Amino acid sequence: MRTPETDESPQAEPDTAEVVLAARNVSKSFGAVHALKGVNFDVHRGQVTTLFGENGAGKSTLMKILSGVQLPSDGELILDGAPVEIASTVAARDLGIAIIHQELSLAPNMTVRDNIFLGREIMGPTGVNYAEEERQARALMRELEEDIDPLTLIEDLRLGQQQIVEIARALSVNSRILIMDEPTSALSASEVEVLFKVIRDLKARGVSIVYISHHLEEALTITDHAVVLRDGVMTAYAPRAEIDLEWIVRNMVGENFDIGSPPSGHKLGETALELKGLTVPAATGTGNAVDGLDLSVKVGEVVCIYGLMGAGRTEMMECVAGRLPATGGEVLLHGQDVSHLSIAQRIAAGLVLVPEDRQRDGLVQTMTVGRNLSLASIGKFTRGLFTNRRDEKAIIEDSIREVTVKTDGPDAAIGSLSGGNQQKVVIGKMLVTHPSVVVLDEPSRGIDVGAKAEVFRILAEHAKNGMAVVYSTSEVDECLSIAHRIIVMRRGRIAAEFTHDTTKEAIMAASGESLVA
Amino acid sequence: MSDTTNAAAGKPGKKGGMNIIQLLLEGRAFFALIAIIITFSLLSPNYASVSNFLIMSNHVAIFGLLAMGMLLVILNGGIDLSVGSVLGLSGVFAGFLMQGVEIQSAGIILYPPVWAVVVLTVALGAVVGMCNGVLVAYFKVPAFVATLGSLYVARGVALLMTDGLTFNNLSGDPGLGNTGFEWLGFNRIAGVPVGVIVLAVAAVITGLVLSRTAFGRWLYSSGGNARAAELSGVPVKHVQVAVYSLSGVFAAIAGLVLSSQLTSAGPQAGFTYELTTIAAVVVGGASLMGGRGTVTGTLLGAFVIGFLSDGLVIIGVSSYWQTVFTGAVIVLAVMLNSIQYGGVGKK
Ligand SMILES: Nc1ncnc2c1ncn2[C@@H]1O[C@H](COP(=O)(O)OP(=O)(O)OP(=O)(O)O)[C@@H](O)[C@H]1O
Ligand SMILES: [Mg+2]
Repeated sequence: MRTPETDESPQAEPDTAEVVLAARNVSKSFGAVHALKGVNFDVHRGQVTTLFGENGAGKSTLMKILSGVQLPSDGELILDGAPVEIASTVAARDLGIAIIHQELSLAPNMTVRDNIFLGREIMGPTGVNYAEEERQARALMRELEEDIDPLTLIEDLRLGQQQIVEIARALSVNSRILIMDEPTSALSASEVEVLFKVIRDLKARGVSIVYISHHLEEALTITDHAVVLRDGVMTAYAPRAEIDLEWIVRNMVGENFDIGSPPSGHKLGETALELKGLTVPAATGTGNAVDGLDLSVKVGEVVCIYGLMGAGRTEMMECVAGRLPATGGEVLLHGQDVSHLSIAQRIAAGLVLVPEDRQRDGLVQTMTVGRNLSLASIGKFTRGLFTNRRDEKAIIEDSIREVTVKTDGPDAAIGSLSGGNQQKVVIGKMLVTHPSVVVLDEPSRGIDVGAKAEVFRILAEHAKNGMAVVYSTSEVDECLSIAHRIIVMRRGRIAAEFTHDTTKEAIMAASGESLVA
Repeated sequence: MSDTTNAAAGKPGKKGGMNIIQLLLEGRAFFALIAIIITFSLLSPNYASVSNFLIMSNHVAIFGLLAMGMLLVILNGGIDLSVGSVLGLSGVFAGFLMQGVEIQSAGIILYPPVWAVVVLTVALGAVVGMCNGVLVAYFKVPAFVATLGSLYVARGVALLMTDGLTFNNLSGDPGLGNTGFEWLGFNRIAGVPVGVIVLAVAAVITGLVLSRTAFGRWLYSSGGNARAAELSGVPVKHVQVAVYSLSGVFAAIAGLVLSSQLTSAGPQAGFTYELTTIAAVVVGGASLMGGRGTVTGTLLGAFVIGFLSDGLVIIGVSSYWQTVFTGAVIVLAVMLNSIQYGGVGKK
């Protein structure tokens, strides 16, 4: 383990040559919750500063303050040596500060082009100059090496593509300070590589970047400075050259985490879930998203599905859960054909899906944390006509404990949770139905190292007790954690199958991904 | 994002002030009702009398019943523009049954007893509502358009059934065994008009359904985020059909109460009531985006709108001004709704 020699703790008076934007003694409270407690933070000029921290540490809150989304309860912001008040997002934009939000903030019913220029439409002599907007949008997509037509509606894009649009929108502002709050949570490795190339270009142009990610290794490859936030307090500052992964984890959570190994010591049982020639048509255009896929998962087995964006993982999983209709093939649960069952019937039969996009498919934003957690188990706490409060409370408390949601209590609004804790609610809600087969689409999206290890540990434990687990990921590392088998999907088919003792390189090569140096 | 309130929350000194503002905001329909009663009592000595309250409550009963159904639909994220017309159609249908149904082939005239009239009328409301629900849930017709269609169709059928005339004699005939229709509108139990009691029963049942049953939970979740609810096993389409059907049922009940109060059933009854009803639900704090709203709030909303318009009549304000006032109240209510819901939920 390395211990840094240089102390980068912010000085009372920021050095304007080195620091472009600084936060001094910034606090932020939401009622009784103190999200930030007197934080000092420096944004280094023309460099990448990465903010590390657990779920709910206050990272997004600090970024929202720097970008005018929220006002601090206390403390001050210093831009180029002079105190500033950043009262709104428009004010932030005028000061040259742009942000990519953790939770996407796109209008789903509008096109990619219109979203990119929302609120900053390029005006021509006869109203909005759509041609110019489209040209710039195309240029941005080319820069991000993404094949998205600017005239596509956002709701027709996959989650990862939406994230690309969110990034493009921030880039189009030409800001001098760019904040990226988990920009890569839905991106695949090659897309992350492209984004990093863009970040290096921006740096070369003198743009200062603040970066947040739970993919620690990935973040270490791009950052110049590391800052660690823990429970609303800054715990460490250091230059990149003097730290390593362990240093971050130690400062973030105080111990090191093992991402787990396949559960062993139990015998795999009969086939729990079987897909025979499953075919799902693509949402847009022609062809099939899933193309005659065969897969079988045994009781007690953990299977990981790896693939690039567009490989058909989400479509396959949504079809298994009953959300998407199949045009061919069948889904068997413990030998019974469930293809004709509704989603509710499949949940009752023990087959559940944890969806990828928590805002769109996972959470009911108007309900409390508790009611979100109990939503999939309503039948379990209904006695005769009425729901039973005590039974419901027991279910909610069970699942809060099981997935360790950091919350004020079951009555807190779901929107008051940090991104990672919202993700845990989505997972906990389905696990508390006691399924026999659980299908998880990118379950680690947006959760911290500790929570990730925790989620994988819980899944491994359930597998030992006879649950069949299928999860997808775009992180090769996560393939090699608890999975007995790794299935690589490519263009709707199975491209390769590995056991736990394979290598990352082999998996990536099979997915059609160019190897990252 | 209501930054200013959030920022203020951090400073202990301002905490008390915050809570009062929040209390005022949350109980706004209640405070508005109190303010209305006090103001009109000061302006007119007749306002605050028991008999006037009973008369006004009778009016409120109609809107309250419609508002219960509308609340269910709005919680689901939809809208039901057909309630006024369904109310009218139900009254006419009940009147039609009371006059006797002639079965030509058999050459006899059937006089169904009152309970059968009530059952058949309520069933009619359910069927119209179910048509709305099926159009919205399975044929993906936007709620606004589907129910706008039924608004016209139901009104048209009511006019066709009566040729534009009014059924005046609903009291039945002892010889035919179909008396008692006016009971709903005229009778009182312990001094309380039956219509108001019907509303109270409807409100209690709706309240229980919303807060204590699986259906209530399904409704709130599918109104808040239908995709997430569906993936959690909520039968969102059935819920949708059910809420429109129930809205039709409530409209039919309101139609029965109203025609009983008036002892006549005209095809124009309930004209534009859908707008007043939506106003009551919104004033009661429900969000038109779906997922938020309560029975208590909606009841208060119905009383606010009812007591306000009757009060304006009593102090002799011209009906033109009444319209202006009602409009202002609605806009104010929606404004307060967005302040209350602005800070929570999505970023
Ligand atoms: N609007 C709000 N109301 C109440 N509490 C809030 C609100 N926003 C954030 N919080 C609380 O503030 C704390 C910090 O949240 P924040 O979103 O900044 O965490 P984070 O570090 O970004 O976590 P993650 O890695 O999960 O995204 C959390 O405890 C959260 O519950
Ligand atoms: Mg965050």
